[in-house]
Amino acid sequence: MAKMKYPEQIVANIPFCPGCGHGIIVRLMVECVNELGYSDKIVMHQAVGCCSLVGLGLDWEMLVGAHGGGGANATGLKRMLKDTALVIAYQGDGDAYNIGLAETLNAAYRNENITVIAVNNTNFGMTGGQMSWTTLPGQRTTTSVDGRDSKTSGMPIKVPELIANSFDTAYVARGTVTSPAEIRKTKGFIKQGLQNQIDGKGHSLIEILSPCPTNWHSNPITDSLDRIEKELIPFYYPIGELKVKGE
Amino acid sequence: MSKVIVTADLCKQCGYCERHCPKEAISFSSDFNANGFKYAVVDDDKCIACGMCYTTCPDGVFEITQ
Ligand SMILES: Cc1ncc(C[n+]2csc(CCOP(=O)(O)OP(=O)(O)O)c2C)c(N)n1
Ligand code: SF4
Ligand code: SF4
Ligand code: SF4
Ligand SMILES: [Mg+2]
Repeated sequence: MAKMKYPEQIVANIPFCPGCGHGIIVRLMVECVNELGYSDKIVMHQAVGCCSLVGLGLDWEMLVGAHGGGGANATGLKRMLKDTALVIAYQGDGDAYNIGLAETLNAAYRNENITVIAVNNTNFGMTGGQMSWTTLPGQRTTTSVDGRDSKTSGMPIKVPELIANSFDTAYVARGTVTSPAEIRKTKGFIKQGLQNQIDGKGHSLIEILSPCPTNWHSNPITDSLDRIEKELIPFYYPIGELKVKGE
Repeated sequence: MSKVIVTADLCKQCGYCERHCPKEAISFSSDFNANGFKYAVVDDDKCIACGMCYTTCPDGVFEITQ
């Protein structure tokens, strides 16, 4: 086995909760950018939400915009920076799919040459676990205390499928972080999404099913991985590439 | 040198590394790290330097040296 060392760009421990998937996903993004040779040519648009904790430990150029603005702000960054830097829009599900749904869909509609990393943890995590549009039917949150009632609040939204089936974008994939194999697969999706941007192919969205053990009240914390494997993937959010342009 | 370097103070005791280690080489300390967590400890005799712990750890605790 080759030597493995945590990327030097993560200069301090990022204060995500124990077992938070964001921590794994941040490392994957940095590894991919480094391996593609863009370690000093990268700008992240960090969303409002637990994504925004990343600024406390990751030494990258960053822009923070209004909640949900990732699709629009990353568009502006990329159009200004052109080939001089990669632009990642790092977003939560509540940010990308509720509050910023218009910005997210419009950036995809235009096939903007950006890479969107959407962390789907089926709730508004940072604010204490409110229901989001990805919350599963029956899932208890602080705003669906008896479990989400889909009769009055709709069914879980699948933005990756929506974009893959509706718009002429470069790439859509969904990964997760439940095991070393899934983490490696997800890393491949992220790297492909960044390679597409380098090649000027247009919009890539990688959704990542991610544990939020704090708001899921997972005890032990590893139960959060079981929840993704047993409740999220088989019924609502299948893993894999949903769209590869040209295939 | 040990196969894995553990930065104990970064550990948040989530248990992901222990769950995914194929050799059951990971256990937890009885004392606490600087942030009040029991931290991952690697048994170098059982460890095969496969890197599963590095891959699954959300907090950069592990470095695989060989
Ligand atoms: C316009 C606006 N509305 C609401 C908020 C409050 N707020 C801050 S973080 C957050 C939740 C973000 O959830 P998500 O995007 O799913 O990210 P997570 O924390 O779950 O990773 C909300 C609602 C805000 N800061 N600005
Ligand atoms: S609230 Fe959830 S998403 Fe936010 S840091 Fe904690 S575990 Fe992660
Ligand atoms: S390198 Fe592999 S065998 Fe060694 S502690 Fe980590 S997961 Fe276990
Ligand atoms: S995966 Fe990392 S943070 Fe979690 S228990 Fe293991 S060493 Fe600690
Ligand atoms: Mg969320």
